Amino acid sequence: MLRYLVYRVVYAIPILLGVALVCFALVHISPGDPLISVLPADASVELQQRLLVIYGFDRSYPEQFILWLGRALSGDLGTSIASGRPVATEVFRAVGNTLLLAAVATVIGFFLGCLFGFVAGYFSNSWVDKAASTLAVLGVSVPHYWLGMVLVIIFSAQLGWLPATGAGPGGSGQWKWDWVHFQFLILPAVTMSVIPMGIVARTVRALVADILAQDFVTGLRAKGLGDLGVFFHVVKNAAPTALAVMGLQLGYLLGGSILIETVFSWPGTGMLLNTAIFQRDLPLLQGTILVLALFFVFLNLLVDVVQTALDPRIQRS
Amino acid sequence: MADPYLRLDQLEVTFTGGRSPVRAVNGVDLTVDSGETVALIGESGSGKSVTLRAILRLNPEKKTRIGGKVTVGGRDVMGLGNKALAQFRGGEVAMIFQEPLLALDPVYTLGDQITEAIRRHEPISKADARKRALSLFERVRIPSPERRLDTYPHEMSGGMRQRAMIALALACNPKVLLADEPTTALDATVQIQILLLLRELQREFGLSIIFVTHDLGAAVEVADRIAVMYAGRIVEEGSARDIIHTPRHPYTIGLLKSRAHGAMTKGRRLDAIAGSPPDLADLPKGCAFAARCTLATDPCRQTQPELIQTETGTRARCLRTDQTLTRPGELVGA
Ligand SMILES: Nc1ncnc2c1ncn2[C@@H]1O[C@H](COP(=O)(O)OP(=O)(O)OP(=O)(O)O)[C@@H](O)[C@H]1O
Ligand code: SF4
Ligand SMILES: [Mg+2]
Repeated sequence: MLRYLVYRVVYAIPILLGVALVCFALVHISPGDPLISVLPADASVELQQRLLVIYGFDRSYPEQFILWLGRALSGDLGTSIASGRPVATEVFRAVGNTLLLAAVATVIGFFLGCLFGFVAGYFSNSWVDKAASTLAVLGVSVPHYWLGMVLVIIFSAQLGWLPATGAGPGGSGQWKWDWVHFQFLILPAVTMSVIPMGIVARTVRALVADILAQDFVTGLRAKGLGDLGVFFHVVKNAAPTALAVMGLQLGYLLGGSILIETVFSWPGTGMLLNTAIFQRDLPLLQGTILVLALFFVFLNLLVDVVQTALDPRIQRS
Repeated sequence: MADPYLRLDQLEVTFTGGRSPVRAVNGVDLTVDSGETVALIGESGSGKSVTLRAILRLNPEKKTRIGGKVTVGGRDVMGLGNKALAQFRGGEVAMIFQEPLLALDPVYTLGDQITEAIRRHEPISKADARKRALSLFERVRIPSPERRLDTYPHEMSGGMRQRAMIALALACNPKVLLADEPTTALDATVQIQILLLLRELQREFGLSIIFVTHDLGAAVEVADRIAVMYAGRIVEEGSARDIIHTPRHPYTIGLLKSRAHGAMTKGRRLDAIAGSPPDLADLPKGCAFAARCTLATDPCRQTQPELIQTETGTRARCLRTDQTLTRPGELVGA
């Protein structure tokens, strides 16, 4: 198991390098001068030159890459052009918020998805299954910003139960673990949970139906196990795949929440990306994408390792 | 004479899940005494597995209609409540399957699967259950049993897996063993080892065995009696000797002929008779074998033949047994 772990980590290094290179290149192949947006319209050529040197844009690309990578590795992701604050600070605060939102959404989605999936799988092809499956399909296919707005209209505008936007009272971006702050999390998390809910439900339904149709279930009954006993075996058989799907969903939510975060003004990476793009803040964009990509690689790694640890059928080579 | 230990009376199994009902078993009468081995043979789809599953009530309950009676050890199996049924399964009657790789849970170790079965039936500690599992592994002669208890099914060879499955089946000291083609998926040499092991265990534990097989050779090897199934009915039944030497049902004769002509070597399916079995959703009114029988006449197609005692020992479900007398030795070894 340890050897497998080391092997997987070593294996991830070239992927990480590739990711870094793509992040770097992504910004430099986009058209336009990165400094235009921060310079006053009547800035002198001299000032322009000075800023170019300060931000390092005057060097060759390979040089810039090495420097950038070296600094990134030591935790310095540069300075945001728009805000003047360190990118790392901005990114990590946003990552924290996004992680919180994504994690809560994934947990809700996983729980409901498993529930629907198990019920549908156990009663496959009955009306219960069809109802649960329809719900799952709706979850995957409904536009989430639309759902978000509907929820806001109902629970914030009409009923006034929950706040509509932000991550805390007064538009503060600072998260705290108390009910006042938690209220702000509910609507975006529920909106977001619909995605993993649908996908987990579909996966689990297929898994459970497939497992129940296997011969070994007859074998379990033949040795005297009842429904509950069989259920534990089904869970253990379904767990590796279901957990893997959950892990990947968490990864997708980390990066793919621009729309939801924008709708709810949730100060996470999605909103940060949004800001960076519209303000043409290249260091911020680079840093955010890099950190998100790293997260994804790490999550994939984690999912693989966990799945291997749980499923004896996967060869540990 | 004492009552047989296991008794099927007019067992009927109809699957109602599909468009039209599938009548997989249509009135099977079968008895098995304590310590007796009965082989059930017949073509694919003749209802052998469904019959075995019916004894343990393993056919999908909601989509199945059961008729007739199953009595084991004096108890009516169809009337068992949930608790008694769980105790009955594995504790009174155990089953082994054709493909142990599919019939064992892939994500549990063999040891865990056996201890789980034991603890389901008896209130004993994990450690004691494991000790019992170990001695079972030793009993079915699995080499380095201690280590094998901690392996997963896919990590073993087919023969070892089947031994493990037998150990699992014997874990709760059942009186009856239902063996559904336990050797079909194995190599010839391993087949023989498993058959010998089964026979040995049968003697040692005084087990009653119903042994389902396609392989007449294996049936003769292990069985006291043989019952031949066709389209969900037993068409001929008798001592292994009588079935082999003086079969009277044209279907049994066909099976033996195909074997005598070398068309059916060990392990091959019983497919050497021309034609195919009838549609179980649309069974003919008369003899189900009529479409393939060279002796068939109009009465055969009109009336369902009863199982009658022939003068040569077997009981056959055929109207024209007067035409089917073969010379002893004609079909075997000649
Ligand atoms: N759960 C079920 N639902 C519907 N039909 C079934 C079900 N189980 C079995 N059958 C049908 O019942 C018939 C008898 O099947 P069975 O498995 O008993 O045959 P078999 O004699 O064991 O054949 P084989 O030698 O191939 O194992 C087949 O036509 C099969 O398709
Ligand atoms: S009853 Fe008729 S059709 Fe059926 S096996 Fe006998 S001779 Fe053949
Ligand atoms: Mg079968």
